[in-house]
Amino acid sequence: MSNETTLIFQHSRPGRSATAQAPKPVSEDQLAAIPAHLRRKQKPGLPEVGELEVVRHYTNLSTKNFAIDKQFYPLGSCTMKYNPRGANRAAMLPGFLNRHPLAPATHSQGYLACLYELQDFLKEVTGMKGVSLAPMAGAQGEFAGVAMIRAYHEARNDDARTEILIPEAAHGTNPATATMCGYKVREVPVNKDGDVDLEALKEACGPQTAGLMMTNPSTCGVFERQIEAISKAVHDAGGLLYYDGANLNAILGKVRPGDMGFDVIHMNLHKTFATPHGGGGPGAGPVGVSQRLLDYLPTPMAGQDEESGDYHWIDTDTLPTSIGHLSAFMGNAGVLLRAYFYAMVLGREGMIRVGEYSTLAANYLLKRLEAIGCQPAYPDRRASHEFILTFAKLAKDQHVTALDIAKRLLDYNQHAPTIYFPLLVPECFLIEPTETETKEAMDDFVDAMEQILNEANTDPETVTQAPFTQPVRRLDDVKAAKELDLVWGE
Amino acid sequence: MPYIPHTEDDVQAMLAAIGADSIEQLFDEIPAHLKAGHALDALPEGRGEMEVTRLMAERAEQDRFALSFIGGGAYAHHIPAAVWEIATRGEYYTAYTPYQAEASQGTLQVIYEYQTLIARLTGMDVSNASVYDGASGLAEAVLMSLRANRKSKSRKVLVPEALNPRYRSACEAIVRNQDVELVSVPFCNDAGQTLVDGLKEHEGQDFAALVISQPNYFGSLEDVDALTDWAHANGLLVIAVVNPTSLALLTPPGEWGAEGEGADIVVGEGQPLGIPLSSGGPYFGFMACTQKHVRQMPGRIIGRTIDLEGKQGFTLTLQAREQHIRRSKATSNICTNQGLAMTAATIYTSLLGPDGLASVAGHCHANTQKLADKLCALDGVERAFTAPVFHEVALTLPQDADSVLARLAEKDILGGLSLAKDFKMKNAILVNATEVHTEGDLDLFVAAMKEVLA
Repeated sequence: MSNETTLIFQHSRPGRSATAQAPKPVSEDQLAAIPAHLRRKQKPGLPEVGELEVVRHYTNLSTKNFAIDKQFYPLGSCTMKYNPRGANRAAMLPGFLNRHPLAPATHSQGYLACLYELQDFLKEVTGMKGVSLAPMAGAQGEFAGVAMIRAYHEARNDDARTEILIPEAAHGTNPATATMCGYKVREVPVNKDGDVDLEALKEACGPQTAGLMMTNPSTCGVFERQIEAISKAVHDAGGLLYYDGANLNAILGKVRPGDMGFDVIHMNLHKTFATPHGGGGPGAGPVGVSQRLLDYLPTPMAGQDEESGDYHWIDTDTLPTSIGHLSAFMGNAGVLLRAYFYAMVLGREGMIRVGEYSTLAANYLLKRLEAIGCQPAYPDRRASHEFILTFAKLAKDQHVTALDIAKRLLDYNQHAPTIYFPLLVPECFLIEPTETETKEAMDDFVDAMEQILNEANTDPETVTQAPFTQPVRRLDDVKAAKELDLVWGE
Repeated sequence: MPYIPHTEDDVQAMLAAIGADSIEQLFDEIPAHLKAGHALDALPEGRGEMEVTRLMAERAEQDRFALSFIGGGAYAHHIPAAVWEIATRGEYYTAYTPYQAEASQGTLQVIYEYQTLIARLTGMDVSNASVYDGASGLAEAVLMSLRANRKSKSRKVLVPEALNPRYRSACEAIVRNQDVELVSVPFCNDAGQTLVDGLKEHEGQDFAALVISQPNYFGSLEDVDALTDWAHANGLLVIAVVNPTSLALLTPPGEWGAEGEGADIVVGEGQPLGIPLSSGGPYFGFMACTQKHVRQMPGRIIGRTIDLEGKQGFTLTLQAREQHIRRSKATSNICTNQGLAMTAATIYTSLLGPDGLASVAGHCHANTQKLADKLCALDGVERAFTAPVFHEVALTLPQDADSVLARLAEKDILGGLSLAKDFKMKNAILVNATEVHTEGDLDLFVAAMKEVLA
């Protein structure tokens, strides 16, 4: 690991630059048409560095990251599975990379064919009637989904529907999305087994209900067993059912959201379809809908002429009821190509294996961790592709928190699971091993956890002061927020 | 099994540890009649990396050749080899959001450097870690301006007609459900610019902000100082929409206005900074603002701090604005940034430096001027507007624009964008040239245009 702590700006020297990358300067004469008062008075303070300094700096910085390519990365609800290199190479083919997003369809047949087939693939595997690939991330897929629910009610002049129901264990993006779509949020409690409190849900449903947003398997890491009763309650009240695809990996190929009664879903291709997380993005959040929402899908979409077999764009001129464009062009196109590659390699059997082996891995890891003394949040339930542990007892007895254990895991070269989510389980870990990790990788994680639990009881400071082996020790987040330093200034 | 490492022995050992007889048993909480079964039969069989790569290579090849002069918000630039070789290193490519700061100092420092680059390029105080793209960034900026303008109670924002129509429609789709109204400001038909005169009718009314696009969709350079001063004098915030390449040459939004008061919020499409055209994405939207409004900005923000030994480190900060903390009261539902694209842009901008980027911008401008001159030498072709341009220019043709572009495309020349549909300018096109176009490319275009018009 590198000790690089200097900023790229500190490598800068006036007059030094990587001249091979830029064209030769133009003369002032050639810029004469730009009025002087619109010209910049001083050149921007960008770094002046040579190519080697840039390459070395960013290579060295990269080594300070944990990454799937380096470590087991069991972040719950994030599906950190292997990102096939083949998908990256295919998406980076020059024909795809150099295609302008507004190139006419005559010069986009290859690209459109991939999108069209991906739409079909996602339709089949989720049991929905139509798919749009346009949303650029899970949160934007959620936005598109709820905006379609709103458009549906509006088209029927059903304007008393002002509320979206959301189980309390939901991702924060769900309530934030409902707000962005102009809805009020009503939270629905979850019972001690991790299922939605059905009676409370029935009471919450009414003429004001626009819809329910839920994840299944839920963020409690268990399959919502009453899904059909939930679906009926919401539909009977005239609301629609929204499926947050965050946990689609768990049931891929086993059960389809469309068959469970969902009207609209989003998928996170950066989770379920193995596209890279890229340090926090880009993702892609395609949406799928049932028959009654087909007219509202976001554009553009890929269409095919039945006779000629030619592909074309479906846009708002042919689908005027669409909720419209959510980006300037076609969403995160390159992410879609990576997902297409993955879907084509896996095919039908592969899809089924994803659900099976991710569930196998999670249940195995849960049992092993339980055996070394970890406390599951829902001991009587099957794990889905992820599960929750709670360290509430350890926090009380030894003052060692979930955060401390997470930090100590880094010293064992294991990325920490998701911590303190969902909010309703105290001192929790949400653990998702995915189908691409070996049994040995999971066993190593169990060994690390066993040692840390031992440390927590015998030498708690080792845990509460961790990490010791990373580029930095624990950071002062309070100082970061109080004395804001967001931009480097010399 | 592709990407699944388990042997039969592994599976049996895992099932034994669980105490289950089969994998199927692990799904016993799912009602049996809901299971997919044969419903998936329509999916294709899986294929190997070689077959799928071959298929995609054939597809990519189909779209490969065309000489393009299309801009409209996405521009062809030379991307140094180092940019994506480094950005696709597994340590960047396969990391997630830097929630565990100690194990993510690489990504976090890159974002801090990126925030600094954007702040310096735009002349603003602070930047976030990026949003999805320029158009959705504008929607976020519009929503932010409603929160940030404390003097205004309005949910209306003035938006120039000369704005990229794709920004307008995406912005509309995103803000529509929150009772936000986008009110159009006309442009001058001769100059192709948004004039202060066109704003006068709104004086005395309450608006949260004025959007100023520099350059505007026609490539025209706006009189940003006059527009900024009008907005501030009338109690509106200024939302600048800018092209990052142009900022190497043009006054940064942070200095707009006769006294250099500056814009309040700046957004733009980051694609020109080292991101390939790639059919429309992934790109990234950059977003910057004044210090005063930082708590109203959506998206991730990284701060520099110290660790418990006093050593410099970087961490996610101001998270109380975000959806995972604030839920339905968050500044936005945005969760991710466009991390990888933003990383590439940071490397690109560092490689080019101030002089390299100015040189790229200069070539774009000079090439576009040259192309316009050459095309305007043809009979009946002339500039649609009188305003000076940066690297895109609107031309009127002696014939129907859509038909001319279709005939050029038959010659594998993508001769720009038609202004017929969006602006009712039936005979007008919008063309762009950048540093990637050679003199020969320009001449090929002109010769083809000559044939088509003949």
